[in-house]
Amino acid sequence: MGKTLVEKILAAHADEDVTAGKIVWIRIDVRSARDFGGANVVKNFRKYYPGEKVEDLEKTFFTFDCNVPANTIPYANNQQICRNYAKEQGIKLYDVDAGIGSHVMIEEGIGYPGSTVVGTDSHLNIMGAVGAFGQGMGDQDIAFVFKTGKTWFEIPGSIVVNIKGYLPETCSAKDLTLFITGKLGTKTALGKAIEFRGPAIDRLDLAGRITLASMATEMGAIIGLVVPNKEVLDHFGQKEALLPDEDAVYEKTIDLDISNLKPQIAKPPKPDAVVDVESLGGPEIHSVFIGSCTNGTYEDMVKVASIMKGRKVKPGIVATLVPATMKVWKRLLKEGHISTFIESGFVVSNPGCGGCASGQIGMTGEGQVHVSTSNRNFAGKQGAGATYLASPETAAASAILGRIATLQEVE
Amino acid sequence: MIFKGRVWLLLREGKLIDDIDTDMIFHNKYLAITDIAEMGQYTFDNLEGYKDFAKKAQPGDIVITGQNFGSGSSRQHAVDCFVALKTVCVAAQSFGAIYKRNAINSGFPILTIKQIDLSKVKSGDIVEMDSEAGTIKKDSSDIGKLEPLSTVQKDILKAGNVFEYAKTL
Repeated sequence: MGKTLVEKILAAHADEDVTAGKIVWIRIDVRSARDFGGANVVKNFRKYYPGEKVEDLEKTFFTFDCNVPANTIPYANNQQICRNYAKEQGIKLYDVDAGIGSHVMIEEGIGYPGSTVVGTDSHLNIMGAVGAFGQGMGDQDIAFVFKTGKTWFEIPGSIVVNIKGYLPETCSAKDLTLFITGKLGTKTALGKAIEFRGPAIDRLDLAGRITLASMATEMGAIIGLVVPNKEVLDHFGQKEALLPDEDAVYEKTIDLDISNLKPQIAKPPKPDAVVDVESLGGPEIHSVFIGSCTNGTYEDMVKVASIMKGRKVKPGIVATLVPATMKVWKRLLKEGHISTFIESGFVVSNPGCGGCASGQIGMTGEGQVHVSTSNRNFAGKQGAGATYLASPETAAASAILGRIATLQEVE
Repeated sequence: MIFKGRVWLLLREGKLIDDIDTDMIFHNKYLAITDIAEMGQYTFDNLEGYKDFAKKAQPGDIVITGQNFGSGSSRQHAVDCFVALKTVCVAAQSFGAIYKRNAINSGFPILTIKQIDLSKVKSGDIVEMDSEAGTIKKDSSDIGKLEPLSTVQKDILKAGNVFEYAKTL
């Protein structure tokens, strides 16, 4: 019997048969902790492995991205605990200037196609974007992996999401992602691995794949995998992609046609409450956030810059923007896009999880209607207001018009 | 294993609540807390209708809820807060994947409900769950069924947590 993609990736890291439903010990290529959860990883490690060293320094990392630089004393304390421990152990630490850990790992080639990556970031399954197995975990799990280099997994069953047709020009990878999230809801893929397929998926650039894979968490999935194309393989200096077997067994195949897709938006407070942007009738908004692990790439930022060039955020609208990493930030600076953002009225912050993590670039107040390019709009997540999830294009257009709008309404 | 205690049914409009995410269980504003003993007081303080849960919960309580419990973030706090409150177990119709691992690895009992007759139980009742027999009982009569525990969950529960379990391998 053939293997699915997740089974093949995991089988390459196991000494026993890997089949959906089995519990198998898996070797972990990349073990990471953030400033969120990191201090507890250290605490657990010290409690259970006093005086001992992590299993492999080459494979162990800290990435600070949640609260950078720390704006509360407890966070500052936690970061310092991680710094001291990293120094003591000799662990590589990406500090408060680096940006979103998962993006840094992709940029730096730390996580690569076919690898297994774990960390205290629930969106670490974003690694599915490059055909790697990524998984967010709690602090006990990660302390255990720091020490042993392995962990147990219940091998997930797989479903295929087969995308038919091509994305219309008015839509981006985020519209596709929201559309799929809306169709699957939180239960169809709960605890499963998804394989995204179809010509529109093959065509997605790395940035688009990151957007898609980042919301597997909101689909309830263990991971959403995309087979790497040439662009992705080249980025990592790889020649061939790991493929699922032709006779692999899937629990189901879901066909979705996107030929007539329109810009999509998720209504508060659920990421799967997805509708056409135009169906909302353009309600007034108060704030916009562009960034996050879902839409903080260079490509996302450049799209926004091209929209904002010569245009302004509507007076009275709070517009914030956070590039994912320092590398992205520097490139945007060099190419003049940062001035475009600032001239157009955006507040631009240093790279990180700002906009999702509590308070890093502002919260919403009661009655505040917020449009965000992030991945979660749960009640209370970004504050007391109501958050809509949309593409960078829709967010930028909404900032310009002061109401929820598609890019077509601006152009 | 037998889990017995005073039950909390997390209900909305007569149905068990689905999709209770980690921000509703333990809000991100408290994430800098690292001491488990301090976590209990914030349990469910962002879950509409149950914001006073932590004040009213007693050691020995059991929480019963709907599908996809604990979806969202990887925070261990969302498990540890129940440990702090000395909750016996959380029984849900299904769990978010990370939550499930966090609970299993820390040795906190979570049980998956296959079926439950909500007309036969209300919050405050004493309920007995038997993970081996797969039964949910009130006053010795059956009111529902549980999925069996996985072997790894049984082994870790027996050992205490994943760290102790690893020593037995």
